[in-house]
Amino acid sequence: MNWSRENRWRAVIVAAGVLFTLAAPSMLELFTIINLSTAIALAILALSLGLIWGYGGILCFGQTAFFGIGAYAYTIAAVNFGGSSWAILLAILAAAAFAAVLGYFMFYGRVSDVYMAVITLTVTLILYSLLRRTSGPEYKIGNALLGGFNGVNSPPLNLPWPPYTPLYPEHVFYVGMAVLIIGYVLCAWLVQTHFGRVAVAIRENELRAELIGYDTRLYKLVLFTIGGAVAGAGGIIFCNGVGRITPDVFNLYNSALAIIWVIVGGRGTLVGPVLGSFALFYLTTWLGTQGTVNNNLVLGLILIVFVLAVPKGILPTFISWWDKARQRRSMQRRELKVRRRRGRASLLEEAADEK
Amino acid sequence: MKSEVVVETRNLSMYFGGVKAVDRVNFNLRENELRCLIGPNGAGKSTFFKCLTGQLVPTSGDVIIRDFNGTGRLPHQIARLGVGIKTQVPNVFDGLSVHENIWLAARRWHGAPRARTLTGETIERLKLGDIRNEPVGRLAHGQRQWVELGMVVAAEPWLVLLDEPAAGMTHEETERTAELIREINQQATMIVVEHDMQFIRMISSKVTVFHEGRILIEDTMDVVSADPRVREVYLGHGNA
Ligand SMILES: Nc1ncnc2c1ncn2[C@@H]1O[C@H](COP(=O)(O)OP(=O)(O)OP(=O)(O)O)[C@@H](O)[C@H]1O
Ligand SMILES: [Mg+2]
Repeated sequence: MNWSRENRWRAVIVAAGVLFTLAAPSMLELFTIINLSTAIALAILALSLGLIWGYGGILCFGQTAFFGIGAYAYTIAAVNFGGSSWAILLAILAAAAFAAVLGYFMFYGRVSDVYMAVITLTVTLILYSLLRRTSGPEYKIGNALLGGFNGVNSPPLNLPWPPYTPLYPEHVFYVGMAVLIIGYVLCAWLVQTHFGRVAVAIRENELRAELIGYDTRLYKLVLFTIGGAVAGAGGIIFCNGVGRITPDVFNLYNSALAIIWVIVGGRGTLVGPVLGSFALFYLTTWLGTQGTVNNNLVLGLILIVFVLAVPKGILPTFISWWDKARQRRSMQRRELKVRRRRGRASLLEEAADEK
Repeated sequence: MKSEVVVETRNLSMYFGGVKAVDRVNFNLRENELRCLIGPNGAGKSTFFKCLTGQLVPTSGDVIIRDFNGTGRLPHQIARLGVGIKTQVPNVFDGLSVHENIWLAARRWHGAPRARTLTGETIERLKLGDIRNEPVGRLAHGQRQWVELGMVVAAEPWLVLLDEPAAGMTHEETERTAELIREINQQATMIVVEHDMQFIRMISSKVTVFHEGRILIEDTMDVVSADPRVREVYLGHGNA
């Protein structure tokens, strides 16, 4: 394995993430740190969509479905178990299993890309309206009341070993950053493996991938399931950051938001969507405090501007600028060398002539 | 002694609504043979080809490859038999490098070390060394066709199916492609769909002529080109 330029960048990104995790709590206010856990949870969701859409070419308009299922499954399980460790595992498995079932029907049924977007969005909206209707006392899973549009209070994470101390809200920040960084490393590793490279090939030309012998349905299913698991892990952080989970996680606004993060940040990178989610999270929070302009209007404008003017997204556009600039520089350097050599050659010739 | 039949179709038919693109075709191909399929535009060559490769499910009839009934199988299941396929419209991974394209094909069948050497060898063999790191989407048409051929070769198939491998190539490129096809034929049985008569003369011993979804005649190039029916079919369509 050669230590490629991409891997060097990945190492830098991981180092930056770790530094931020260690430094932020002593530099930022408690309120900001707690607020950050929500942003981190959304960044994990962005990462999962960046993986399946940006690398696998699977346009999932309902990635929030797995995120929300992760959050609900965690909450319900933690209420019933009275602890978080098994609930975490169960939540990730539930999100992955849901993605696997949905993915099976879509990929083995050969649903076209457009319908895939429609189906995933519809499934998410169905979850939204179903859960909104669960306000009565009869909607109970074990000890957990689903609570309709008010949602459920999420029990806090606790240490997985005795004395099982519950974590304070500011500790969720550490857990969230750990999940984000580990998730990023895993995704970055995955896209370099044979499996990941085939997934990218399928994005580029599915028929060709089939003609060289890859069962593309299976590859897409596995990738989609992994994406579901990552999104589910994000959901766990989300409900811990907010302290509760409501059906709003499944609404249209949120599923569109996830798509916008990836468009803004750029498909085909993993960090791009993460940065996109952070940027938009803080932009909308800031706009909320100004209270003068409508959030949806601004997001719509951003979407239009990016689709028309920066279709590749911020990070890929930046990378291609950087590459071009580097190429130009190395070309200039080469020219200089050639000129110098020529200069020397002509001097030698002159010297020879004089003799 | 004749070698065994490795590709066979029995009453293979593919209808699109009222259009009988392939109509009850019985076709046999023996091991190590290099067969050309020719015929005017719309004769059904590509449709026949797509039925062989799993890209279309035939309306009726069977496709048998060795002992395997390939009727209605998916392309990856056909490929898995050891079949290399090049389509009429180039299908390559445009956003990926030449090297990555070929590696993906080699790696499907081999472990990482063997795939790496095989990729290198294939790039050498097709003289793609200078452009190995270029994205295939940026290459000229002829080079893209070769990358696709490279993907076929890198999988070391025993049966190779090529739909118009020399389409849109310059004269030199066409000659080089013909040479390659003869090379590939050293190890593999082949079917090549082509338009260009001169190209076929360069490579083939036996020719199957398609017309309106059926086999018109099957013989050597000399016999076929002398046949009045073939002349009529081609002239009738203002071709060749
Ligand atoms: N998907 C399809 N739907 C409807 N009709 C089709 C389809 N594919 C092919 N046809 C028709 O079937 C007939 C055979 O087409 P085919 O592409 O097999 O011809 P061909 O011999 O490969 O021609 P060419 O030399 O132009 O490549 C044509 O009349 C074509 O219009
Ligand atoms: Mg054709």
